[in-house]
Formats: sequence, structure tokens, C-alpha cells
Amino acid sequence: MAFNRVLPWIALAALLALPLGLTPYMHELVVKIMVLSVFALSLELLVGMTGLVSLGHAAFLGIGAYVTVLLSPEADPGWLPKLLAAAVAAAALYALFVGALSLRTKGVYFIMVTLAFAQMAYFVFHDTKLGGGTDGIYLNLRPVLGPIDSGAKLHLYYLVLGALAFTYALLALLRRSRFGHALAGIRVNEQRMRAAGFNTTAYKLAAFVLAGALAGLAGFLLAVKDGFVNPELLSWHESGAVLLMIILGGIGHLRGAVLGAVAFVLLKELFSTPALVGDRLAEHWQLTLGITIIAFVALLPKGLIGLPQRWRARKPPRRAADQGAAR
Amino acid sequence: MDLATFLVQCLNAVQYGLLLFLVASGLTLIFGIMGVINLAHGSFYMLGAYLAFSIAPFFGQHFLLMLLAGLLLSALFGYVLEWAFYSYLYEREHLQQVLMTYALILVFEELRSILVGNDVHGVKPPDWLAGTVPLGDLMTYPVYRLFASAACIVLALALYLVVNKTRLGMMIRAGASNRDMVRGLGIDITRLYRIVFAGGVALAALAGMIAAPMSSVYPGMGGHVLIISFVVVVIGGIGSITGALVASLLVGVVDTFGKVFFAELSGIGVYLLMAVILVWRPEGLMKRA
Repeated sequence: MAFNRVLPWIALAALLALPLGLTPYMHELVVKIMVLSVFALSLELLVGMTGLVSLGHAAFLGIGAYVTVLLSPEADPGWLPKLLAAAVAAAALYALFVGALSLRTKGVYFIMVTLAFAQMAYFVFHDTKLGGGTDGIYLNLRPVLGPIDSGAKLHLYYLVLGALAFTYALLALLRRSRFGHALAGIRVNEQRMRAAGFNTTAYKLAAFVLAGALAGLAGFLLAVKDGFVNPELLSWHESGAVLLMIILGGIGHLRGAVLGAVAFVLLKELFSTPALVGDRLAEHWQLTLGITIIAFVALLPKGLIGLPQRWRARKPPRRAADQGAAR
Repeated sequence: MDLATFLVQCLNAVQYGLLLFLVASGLTLIFGIMGVINLAHGSFYMLGAYLAFSIAPFFGQHFLLMLLAGLLLSALFGYVLEWAFYSYLYEREHLQQVLMTYALILVFEELRSILVGNDVHGVKPPDWLAGTVPLGDLMTYPVYRLFASAACIVLALALYLVVNKTRLGMMIRAGASNRDMVRGLGIDITRLYRIVFAGGVALAALAGMIAAPMSSVYPGMGGHVLIISFVVVVIGGIGSITGALVASLLVGVVDTFGKVFFAELSGIGVYLLMAVILVWRPEGLMKRA
């Protein structure tokens, strides 16, 4: 267990030192994984910690990204703190609206309603001139803060790493707090929590808004990283992909979300690289990805993080003892 | 807006609503009876449209015969699909259902791309449906659209008769209101599930085939229909066919007239409708107690 405790710190130290020995391609890939990790962590707060399965999480990512670009001045670089705060606030505001309505429903309804509200935001950017329509818009000059220029590769790397560390630490602390325990209680038995005097709807709404705000943070980072935004950021394919990441990694663990983001990006990279899988297959990478996911659902319902546990469970004598101890 | 334009828009609204009903009725039954959230349902609509595109040359002017052939093929496809993939999902959590059906969408889209390519295609209506009828002094209305509405009405009636007047329908209704009780009464639930699923796939594919001559056949056409169908199911109440019918027509009207009055913001009208209904009745219009 001691090793498990220090693992995030080792990962942090490795990531801090990593830019020293990276090719540009790998550098780009690592930044992408870290941004998506922030996004996946924000959804983990909803799905893993609170038990709310949302299929519309990309809306908050997209809104954060769009606000960043729309509020950036044309000729000068924008001021980073202002843009960051605006992106997070806008995403949180839309999450408040969506959450207030969708939390009236449960289960399958909740999944569909969050999906529909994300689609609504998608159409706002897709059909109106507000954000350049289907083409999206470019962010010409990246935001700055004093000597920090998010357009510089190394600065961006540490900015994204800082955001990831912040998100991870925030959620880790949250899990141990009274608020986190209340969310866990709601996930396991909401009725009982209500009977115990908790205003469960308020707790769920708070979690929903916080998750939206963190997704907005990821959106800000994505816009700064890519330098452009388009409506596809809000599409339900993105929402599905991020849900896929946390399931891939393993629901109920913060590191599962990060692991899932790593696995998802690497799988996608692997399946779409002609040198590795051949031209014909690389062109149709979604097919291989789809088949992998289906196999995954069938064989590994607990995610990648459940793998070591599965291997341990293979040894019959220890299994009974382990389970006894767990109970 | 004069009377004739208004009439044309009404016809369009009803026709769109009825088409949605075909897709949503299968979706709501699969939810209600099997408890499976099926993201791949839009793919069956796309499948139907591409099926129409692929087999239309073989049937020439025998359009009805083509629809029948497509219906049988897609029902068979649904039957096999249920056996191969969906039958494993019933005892799983919603999360895994979402994941598996999401993966199926990816697979279907790529298979479509490999088999038919990524071009946009058109399907010609048969000659006997290709004309227009005059409406007022200046307007005309395509015969094919009237045919589409009529076909949907016939199918909706057939669905009503099957669900309300047959023994199979009785089991379906019982399954939608209390799944465990049906199982407890010794009804062959595996077979029932397979039939309902095949029926849902066939209805969605039929909707795609009927829609093919009106809209073009293009990649990703399933996604939009899927989400609008979700909205229909949420508004109507899960498992209720009547609810799905009322909600489909409502969505058809809001969408069609939204396009007339607020061209740019028409995309969000349907979702606003859903938001209002959720505030008013969180479990849908026709939720059974």
C-alpha cells in the first residue's frame, strides 16, 4: 500500500523532468494526454465519486474553450488569469443551468437529458455566427501572464502539468473531506442520506457545477494548446470518448481517470499510425478501436486498474482471505 | 404566412414527427422492456438509408417490395445482433451499456465507410411517387412526402394492433410495466427480448429507408436522429408508445416551425421544449405509475 501512496508523487516528479528528453512529437502527445486527464478527472468526480453518469460532459469543455478564444483580444495576447477565470466561470454557469434541470431525473433519463443539453450547446455554436459556425475560430495570440507565455512550448507544458496536479490534488482532498464522504454516501444510497438529513440535491448540484468548472479548465487548456476551436469539441462523440477514458482506466479511482486518458490517447495513436498497423487499417482506426472497446467491456468490466487485482485473485488460497478482510 | 404555406409546414411537421416516431418507438421499447440504453439505434436508421441506396437498383419501380425486403433483412440483422452483442448487456450497468453501444457506433460507421464509402448519395423515388400535387394557386407538394406520411401511419397502426391486440403485444406491454413479474410468470423472456429488439431495428431501418428519397444518404446521419429520438423518449416517458407518438409529433411541430420563424436558432428549439417538459413533468408525459 505504501507504494500506492507515493505513486502520484513519482508520476509528478517524472512529468516535471520529462521535457528534458522528449522529441517534439512526444512532447505534443504528453501535453495532449495531460489536458485530457484533467477532463477525465472532472468527469470522474461525477461518475466515480457521485454516481451520476453524464453523457454530455463535452459541452463544458467546449464552452471553456470557446470562451477563451472569444474573449481573447484580436491584436494583443490576452491576460491569462482573466481568460482562465472566464472559461471556468462560463462552464460552471452552464453546468448550474443543466444540473438544476437534469438532476430532477435519474438513471437512464439523466444520461439522455445531459446528452440533449450538450447537444443544445453544440447547435448554438454550430448554427450561429457566434463562434464562426461550423468552421470554428482561431486563437492567434496565446494568453500571457508577465513572463509566462502560454504560446511557448515549455511554458505550456508546465502550465498544463500545474493544472493537472491542481485538479488531482483538489479531487484527492475532496474525496477525504466531509463533502466527498457525503457524495460517496449519495452514490451508495441516496435515500438513506436524505433520511440522515442531507440535502442530497444540493450536494449533487455542487458536484455537477464543480465538474463542469474543471471541464472548463480543460477546455481553456485545449484552446491554448491547439490554437483553434470548432463545434466538434462539444459533440457527443467527445462526451462518449471521455466516458470511455474513465471506464477504460477504472471507475472509482482518480488514477484510473489518468490511466484511462493515457490508454485512450495511446490506443488511438497506435491504431491510426500507418507504420504500425498498415495503411488500410490505419485509415479505419475507429473500427479497431470499436472492436477493442467491445472486447474490453466483455473481458475487463473493472477497467485497467482492476488488472492487478484480477491477477491476484487467480491464486485461490488468498482470495477467500482477501475478501474476508475487505468486508 | 399565408394559409397554403402554413398547410405545407403542417404537413412537413407531421411527416417528420411520424418518421421520428418509427425510430423512437423501437428505442423506447428496448429501454422499457430490456432496460438497455442503446446508443447504436441511430446506426440502424443509417443502415436503412444505405440499404435503400444499395438495393434500390434491384427493385426498380417495385418500391413497396423493396421496403418489404429491407424490413426482413434488417429484422434478421437485429435478431443476430441481439444474440451476438446485446444479450450480454442486460445484467450490466448502464455505464457498460453506454460503452458497448458507443463502440458499436464506431464499428458500424467504419463498416459503412469500407463497404459504401464516404460520399453523399441520393435515392430516387419511384416514378409513380415522383410527382407533385397542387396546393392552393402557387404551391405544390411532393407526392412522395404524402406517401411517406401514409406509410408511417400504416406502420404506426400496425404497431398499435400488434401491441394491443395480440398475445405477443400483451407480453410486450407486461414486460414494459414489470419486467421481473413477466420473467416470474414463466414467459420465454430470451425470445421476447430478441423479437422486440429485431422489431425495433426493423422499424428504425424502415424509417431510414422511407427517409432516403427525401433527404440524402450521408455518413453520420444516424447521430442526429439518435439524439432527437432520445429527446422524444424523454418527453414521452420511457416504455410508452403512446407517449412516443405524442412527443414525436410535438417535436416535429416545434422543429419545423422553429426553422420557419427562427432560422438560426432552430437547432435548440427542441431541447428547450424538453427542458420545459422536464420542469413540468420530470418523468415524461405518459409515464406509467
